[in-house]
Amino acid sequence: MSLQYKISILIFNLQNQLLQTEMFRYIHKCARSTYRTIHSLRQELLKAQGCAYSTSSPNFPGSEHHKPEWTNTPNFILPERGSGIPVYRVLGDDGAVIDGATNPQLSKDECMHMYETMVTLNVMDKILYEAQRHGRISFYMTNFGEEATQVGSAAALDAKDLIWGQYREAGVLMYRGFPLIQFMHQCYGNRKDIGKGRQMPVHYGAKDLHFVTISSTLGTQMPQAVGSAYSYKMQGNGQCVVCFFGDGAASEGDAHGALNFAATLECPIVFICRNNGYAISTPTHEQYRGDGIASRGVGYGVATLRVNGNDIFAVYNGVKEAREMAVRENRPVLVEAMTYRIGHHSTSDDSSAYRSLDEISYWEQEGNPTKKLEAYLIQQGYWTSEQTEQMLKSKRKEVLTAFAEAENEKIGPMTEAYNDVYDVLPQRIQRQLEETKEHFRKYKDKYSNLDKFES
Amino acid sequence: MAAASTAFKKLIGNFGPVLRRCFPSVQVQVSRNAHFKFVEDTPDPNLGDNSFFSLIILIEMYNREKNLVQSIADALDYTLAQDPSAIIFGEDVAFGGVFRCTVGLEEKYGKQRIFNTPICEQGIVAFGIGAAAVGTTAIAEIQFADYIFPAFDQLVNEGAKFRYRSGNEFDCGRLTVRAPCGAVGHGALYHSQSVEAFFSHSPGLKIVVPRGPIQAKGLLRSCIQDDNPCLFFEPKVLYRSAIEQVPVDDYLVPLSQADVVREGSDVTMIGYGTQLHVLKEVAEMAQEQLQVSCEVIDLQTVLPWDEDTVYKSVIKTGKCLVSHEAPITSGFGAELAASIQSECFLHLEAPVVRVCGPDTPFPHVYEQFIIPDKWRCLDALKKLVDY
Ligand SMILES: Cc1ncc(C[n+]2csc(CCOP(=O)(O)OP(=O)(O)O)c2C)c(N)n1
Repeated sequence: MSLQYKISILIFNLQNQLLQTEMFRYIHKCARSTYRTIHSLRQELLKAQGCAYSTSSPNFPGSEHHKPEWTNTPNFILPERGSGIPVYRVLGDDGAVIDGATNPQLSKDECMHMYETMVTLNVMDKILYEAQRHGRISFYMTNFGEEATQVGSAAALDAKDLIWGQYREAGVLMYRGFPLIQFMHQCYGNRKDIGKGRQMPVHYGAKDLHFVTISSTLGTQMPQAVGSAYSYKMQGNGQCVVCFFGDGAASEGDAHGALNFAATLECPIVFICRNNGYAISTPTHEQYRGDGIASRGVGYGVATLRVNGNDIFAVYNGVKEAREMAVRENRPVLVEAMTYRIGHHSTSDDSSAYRSLDEISYWEQEGNPTKKLEAYLIQQGYWTSEQTEQMLKSKRKEVLTAFAEAENEKIGPMTEAYNDVYDVLPQRIQRQLEETKEHFRKYKDKYSNLDKFES
Repeated sequence: MAAASTAFKKLIGNFGPVLRRCFPSVQVQVSRNAHFKFVEDTPDPNLGDNSFFSLIILIEMYNREKNLVQSIADALDYTLAQDPSAIIFGEDVAFGGVFRCTVGLEEKYGKQRIFNTPICEQGIVAFGIGAAAVGTTAIAEIQFADYIFPAFDQLVNEGAKFRYRSGNEFDCGRLTVRAPCGAVGHGALYHSQSVEAFFSHSPGLKIVVPRGPIQAKGLLRSCIQDDNPCLFFEPKVLYRSAIEQVPVDDYLVPLSQADVVREGSDVTMIGYGTQLHVLKEVAEMAQEQLQVSCEVIDLQTVLPWDEDTVYKSVIKTGKCLVSHEAPITSGFGAELAASIQSECFLHLEAPVVRVCGPDTPFPHVYEQFIIPDKWRCLDALKKLVDY
């Protein structure tokens, strides 16, 4: 231990001890009376300036940041007042940039990367959804309708910004270059899965792509993301943290904690809410009665923007600006992307039980984000509808090849069920593993599919 | 050289009580109704270097006397000094904490590293998980263990499973959550709870309860350095009443290692935290009144616990009493008793006895009727010896 440190703790401890001595009490007493004097002087000063308590404006500590005025009538703030927070858009229905809106002027390559990701995501979703229907994987969740929200955000972010997602953000990961085969390995939980086959399908994670592993518990990632953002601020690494969540998850207590912590602790974080109208079967009017999620941001002192989540340029522009603001000013920003969940909630859900097919097909036609970007690309002369067919075909082939490869891969050994609970295997868990091995040596024939596992 | 230094330390150590007499205001009275008697441990000379430089020798001697609060502050201070990524946060920690465990740290290390959070326990723990996940040494404080339940989801579903579920891609091993726990005489339902058993059912967490200032400093430093999320429960009744000669240097007391604080041959008594002091006194009474030789074990780490030390002792004595303040049903004593019975069956001369809190919430004015105090323990011990 260095001498310097030794001296510093010595002094620190001495201060601590002093806290409890008579001398300290005496000093404290003096300080208190001095404080009283200062306080009354300050009151005098305020009075002289005409702004002391109960004169010109309220000075309660609870509202000191927003400087309210007095009012002599009991005016309730009615939430239904006027129209809601506007929805920012860039592209019109025809895929052309609306007059007065800012075209982000992305290069052909950038546009094509976004488009290709959206199409691939679509193709992968269709194939894996079917695979689940045929019992080849245990579970799946599609991203239909939300491709622009995911890919537009990913494109607007720095590749090193840390992502904390919910589960419907595969497009972000795909845009960052997560290989098709890794998606498949995860859904199969085979020995090449980064997560070692421990979690349900679609619970992806990739450290090298700065995408934190998904977990099923809704909302929990939100305050965690804030902690990461605080660390990033301390590290001064110039990156921000991005947290995705659904309109349903926003009702969790953790969402409240996250927005409030992010604001009071001044964290460089972008919250992106995918408001797709439903949380499983629950429509948003049973989820909340305020003006969506965006209206809450303001209440927490968080800069807020609502965008058309089906308009990839609106998402791109909004998230880009949000990111810059977050990093530049160390402040949280909330972006609410309005969209529609075209697919079922998951493979365990039949959404026709709670919504009409008309409604779905309306959004499939009118709100389809991939079609909107495609229309833009065609107008720019970057693309033709004939090429779409070709792309779909070749993507289908790529996905199916990866799918077959993952399906044929062995699953990891039983040891993997016992590893990584702690950094090192505790003796007790080690013994439980040995017991399991012993058991399987004796009862091998009683269990199915053992040949699928690595030994 | 080593012997000389030990002798020197002993000599210096003797000045403590003298100095305390000179500054009577520093002495904190143990509440008259305390259900336990705190007896100072002699610090293990291996724990740290106590040699000083001459100018400030007197002050240094004086400063070695530390209560539990000060030894925890010491561990936190050292952590912040040597690890620039370390942060401390929670409700009211910035001004020093409601129990004064973080006094002076904000002035010393700045508002960015020690700061208040909004009142939201799930937010506090989650914030710590997220910070730890990207390389920050995160030390969270929950004001009372009784209020850790809003963060139960974050601890059990998130913190505990973070490494496992990501295939070791991500972890939150740099997280430590500190919380005052246990009976305090008048804490009633929500300022008295011992919550360790709830978390002991959650693989991935480590749970530690120190019995006094010397152990607390070393165990807390181990928790902070450990690469797994740790819960550090501080028996708050000991905060000011437990005073010991705490080594000045940094030192680690290993996790998952129980401490045999008294050797004996007739009965093994196992506890942790404040209850350990109850058991130590019971062991003395048993020796004097019954000529029964008790071995007393401080478990120290509740999860993952030290099976070897426990089994070895029970195999030697053949009888075992387990005691904790928390309610008996599904308390950690149940785990100990069941494990001991399956591992030491042929050596046991009597069933394992549990002396614990009853299956009631923790009441205000009736505390003395529910606490597993020395008379209850002694009585159970008598029956165990006579079995
Ligand atoms: C804490 C918790 N409660 C309940 C669930 C079950 N659950 C899974 S998804 C979901 C709906 C989430 O809806 P939303 O946040 O709107 O996202 P979306 O599925 O629409 O993308 C529910 C209730 C869960 N996973 N975690």
